[in-house]
Amino acid sequence: MGTLYDELVDYGGEVFGREHLETLRECVQCGKCTGGCPSGRNTALRTRKLMQMALLDLREEIFNAPELWFCSTCYTCYERCPKGVKVTDIIRTIRNLAAKEGHMSVPHRMIGVYVMKTGHAVPIGPDQMKLREAVGLDSQPPTAQKHKDQLEQVQTIFKTTGYDAMIDFDWDTMTLKGMAKK
Amino acid sequence: MAKEAEAETREYAYFLGCITPNRYPGIEAATKRILKEFGIGTQEMIGASCCPAPGVFGSFDMHTWLPVAARNLAIAEEMDLEIVVTCNGCYGSLQEADHLLRENTKLREKTNAILGKFGREFKGTTKVNHSIVVLHDVIGLERLKEAVTKPMTDVNVAVHYGCHFLKPREVRGHGSSETPYILEDLMQVTGAKTPEYKDKLMCCGAGGGNRTADSVQSLEWMRQKLVSAIEAGCDCMVHPCAFCHLQLDRGQTEMEQAFGVFFNFPILFTTQFLGLAMGLSEKELGLDAQTTTMPEKLLK
Ligand code: SF4
Ligand code: SF4
Repeated sequence: MGTLYDELVDYGGEVFGREHLETLRECVQCGKCTGGCPSGRNTALRTRKLMQMALLDLREEIFNAPELWFCSTCYTCYERCPKGVKVTDIIRTIRNLAAKEGHMSVPHRMIGVYVMKTGHAVPIGPDQMKLREAVGLDSQPPTAQKHKDQLEQVQTIFKTTGYDAMIDFDWDTMTLKGMAKK
Repeated sequence: MAKEAEAETREYAYFLGCITPNRYPGIEAATKRILKEFGIGTQEMIGASCCPAPGVFGSFDMHTWLPVAARNLAIAEEMDLEIVVTCNGCYGSLQEADHLLRENTKLREKTNAILGKFGREFKGTTKVNHSIVVLHDVIGLERLKEAVTKPMTDVNVAVHYGCHFLKPREVRGHGSSETPYILEDLMQVTGAKTPEYKDKLMCCGAGGGNRTADSVQSLEWMRQKLVSAIEAGCDCMVHPCAFCHLQLDRGQTEMEQAFGVFFNFPILFTTQFLGLAMGLSEKELGLDAQTTTMPEKLLK
C-alpha cells in the first residue's frame, strides 16, 4: 500500500478524476481555508492542518480525529483556495477511506438504516401525513417509501456496493446488528 | 394566438427528496401552486428516493451515493423531462452526479452495471434545475412582479443561499459565490429590502453530517447566523433549501433546549414568501404548521 496521498488519488480519482485529488500536492499551507471555515470558528477543525496531515501521511491520526466529521461540506475553502486545492472533495475522500475502516459513528450509520428501510434519510410518519393533507397534498408522496418494488431497487444498490456490510446492517431486523429491540 | 407571455407550457419532473414532502410539505404545496400559476406543470417522479444527501453519503461511500443519485436521474430521463428541486442537498447531489457521469465514461459504465440489475440506465438526457432559477429565469422577474398583490415594502429579508446552490461554482454555474443576486432579485420583486448582514454567506451548519455528528455545535453556527441577521434589522430569513429549513426552523426549538433562548425568527422557503406576496394564506403555504411563527407584517 502506498501513502495516504496515493490512496486518496486512487480512490477519489475514480469518481472525480485523478487531477482533482492531485491538487492536494499544490497546498502551500497559507491557511486561507482555515480563515474562512465556518466550522473552524466553532470547532477544533483546522482545514489547513487537515491538508498537512494528509500530505504527511498521518493516516491513523487523521482517521481518528473527531473534527474530520465537523466539516459541513460548505465549499468555502474549495472556492477560495489560491492554489486551486479541491479541499472539500479531498475531505470527503478522506472520510470515505476512514468509514471503510470502521470510523463511522452510530448516528451516521443510522442515516443509512433509514434509507435502506424506507428509501429516505428522513421518512414520513402519520403526523407528517396530516401536515400534507392540511396543505391539500396526497397524504403520502409517490416516492420509494410508498412503492415497495421501487424501494427494492434502492436496496439492491446498497447490497451491491456493500454499504450494508460497511455499516453492519442486519437485513433480518432491518437495523444495525445488535440494535434491534428485543 | 395566445398572448406571447403565455408562450409554451412547460413541465418538469419534481424531485421531492425527503425533507420537502416528509417534513415541510408547505414548501411542496407553495412551489407547485406558484409554478402552476405561471403555466408550469410539475409531474411526480414515481419511486424516487433520497437524493441521497451529498455531504452524508458522499462522505461515507461515494460509490453508493452515485448509483442512488443516478437511479433518480434515470427516472426523470424515462419521463423525458428536466428536473426541478426545492432543496440544495438534492440540487447538489443530483447535479453533481449528472455532471460526473456525463464526463466519465468508465464511471458511467460502472454505475449502469448496477442500475441494469433492475432495468434502468443513466443516459445523461435530463437537466437538474433549482426551483428558484426557474422562478428567476423561466418565469422572469417582470411576470412575478405583476402577480404581487400584497407588496412587502416594509419588510427586511435576510437572504440565506445555503451552500450547495452556489458552490462549487464550476458545477453550479450561477456566477460568483460571494456576490450572488438571484434571491435578492426575487425578494425585490415583492418590494422587500434585503439588507447585507455579517454572516449572510455562512452555512446553516447542518450539512456534511455535521448536524448528526454534534447537534449542539451545529446549532451554534446557526445561532451566530441568526443573531447577525437580527442585528441587521431583518424581519425574517428566506432561503432556497428544505434542509436549511429543517435546521433553521426546527433547529430553533433545539436551540431553546440547548441554549435556553427561543428566537422565534421567521424562516420561509422562497416560494412560501412569494406565495404570501401573491395573496396566498399562511395555511395554504404550511407556514402555520412550523416552529417559527409569522409576524403580522408578513401576513397583513
Ligand atoms: S487555502 Fe489552499 S493552499 Fe492555502 S492552506 Fe488551504 S488548501 Fe493549502
Ligand atoms: S467545506 Fe468544510 S473545511 Fe471547507 S470551509 Fe466549509 S466547513 Fe470548513
